[in-house]
Amino acid sequence: MLTWINANPKIFWVAVQNHLWLSAVALAVVMLIALPLGLLLTRHRGMANLAIGLVNILRTIPSLALLVIMLPLLGTGFLPSAVALVLYGLPALLLNTYTGLTEVDRDIVEAARGQGFSDAQVMTRIEIPLALPVIFAGIRTAAVQIVSAATLAAFIGGGGLGELITAGMANFNFPQLIAGAVAVALLALLVEIIFAGMERLMTSSARMGAS
Amino acid sequence: MTIRLEGVSKTFPGAPRPSVDHLDLTIEKGRTCVLIGPSGCGKTTTMRMINRLIEPTSGRIIVGDTDVTKGNPVELRRHIGYVIQQIGLFPHMTIAENVATVPKLLGWPAAKVKARVEEMLALVGLEPAQFLARFPRHLSGGQRQRVGVARALAADPPVMLMDEPFGAVDPVVRGHLQDEFVAILRRLGKTVIFVTHDIDEAIRMGDVVAIMQDGKLVQYDTPDRLLAAPVNAFVADFVGADAALRRLSLVGAAEALEPLGAVVGGLELPAATNLRGVLSALLAKGQDVAVIVDGDGQPLGQITLAAIRARSAGTAPT
Repeated sequence: MLTWINANPKIFWVAVQNHLWLSAVALAVVMLIALPLGLLLTRHRGMANLAIGLVNILRTIPSLALLVIMLPLLGTGFLPSAVALVLYGLPALLLNTYTGLTEVDRDIVEAARGQGFSDAQVMTRIEIPLALPVIFAGIRTAAVQIVSAATLAAFIGGGGLGELITAGMANFNFPQLIAGAVAVALLALLVEIIFAGMERLMTSSARMGAS
Repeated sequence: MTIRLEGVSKTFPGAPRPSVDHLDLTIEKGRTCVLIGPSGCGKTTTMRMINRLIEPTSGRIIVGDTDVTKGNPVELRRHIGYVIQQIGLFPHMTIAENVATVPKLLGWPAAKVKARVEEMLALVGLEPAQFLARFPRHLSGGQRQRVGVARALAADPPVMLMDEPFGAVDPVVRGHLQDEFVAILRRLGKTVIFVTHDIDEAIRMGDVVAIMQDGKLVQYDTPDRLLAAPVNAFVADFVGADAALRRLSLVGAAEALEPLGAVVGGLELPAATNLRGVLSALLAKGQDVAVIVDGDGQPLGQITLAAIRARSAGTAPT
């Protein structure tokens, strides 16, 4: 495996780079959609039930199916892969954002309103800080899901480490195949570790601390 | 500030009948008014309409000389202290930040806020140096409720709304907090609306007590009059079969002294005892007379069993 990487450093690192870029773009878009949408849904409970129902359906679709469905709609390449990954990562973060916000103790929100916080202040100073640990756990889950599923983007020409695996399989090149597989596994693990570390930092800065 | 409710009603959407029904109520400046009644009688709704956490369907609510049903509710709430049973301290903020909430919302300069926070903690009996940097989860229930009251008092609002503030603390702590906060609120001259379902708490805390039933005011009187002369069976039932005893607990021994009679020996009680305590001691010792003594053990006067009975049977003083 290492011999293969040493022999083909360029192919390997380009694949890693593409993989990370595709995942990062998808995660960024997921955050841009899920955070404001989650917040909005807490203000419109009727809409929330519908949205959560839809998202739960979305969640049951396997990642490979999601990617392949993009083929007739958007063709091959980066864009359809990114769109599929966004749809794949969205449920985790949207659900966590919504649940995190709705599970903030109503008595605390009530007390805040009673002291004279405006609606916007209740949101930014009370609800969001208190929901932050749950929201961040959602970002971490979405990130790990996206990095793992990005492997399958190779099937629709999205690039990334999946290409090493598919090419390795097609050519019976086991070192190449293993290099791709191990790299994806390590990458997912690394993302998990980094985000978990960030989560701990955030949580202690939200100062809920250990009791 | 005097609070006046004029024909205030609240009907929640979809409810068959109003929760509060044409309520008229005036609370004089500096007095503590206890709203009491069974669950669903409209007492909490009434309180929450005063700081507009609930908007009245009709009627006027006048605080000082402003009709608070007009204008900005957020601004209004910054000038009305608010304490709830669940306390609702912000768990992600220190005690200092919690108490500083309203002064900061009002844009006080930092130095003034800091000084005020320390003053408030000292007022409610918490050593500032020890508590400022701690978080709510490090505090006992009683300490949290003290912080809750300190937070509500921080911007020196003329009016305080307190919704069963001592419901979640144990009975011993509750007794201490009740006595302490009655004294503090009186000293500060706050006009207080206090909601409870506990008649003992009502007569202990209230200058006046408003008993509500089905959104209507049934009786509005001093605790003594409420106990002595309930207007109907509902109130009589609510104040309980031992209303006579509760009434005695409102009177301190020092207020009911008779001149010392012939030396009787035996029972001596401190002047801080209330008449209910005197009666209980007399019954326990099988005596007819108790001598009330001051802090140095010098007799001040006496109280006889007959005098307690006469007082209990008589009409309420006004």
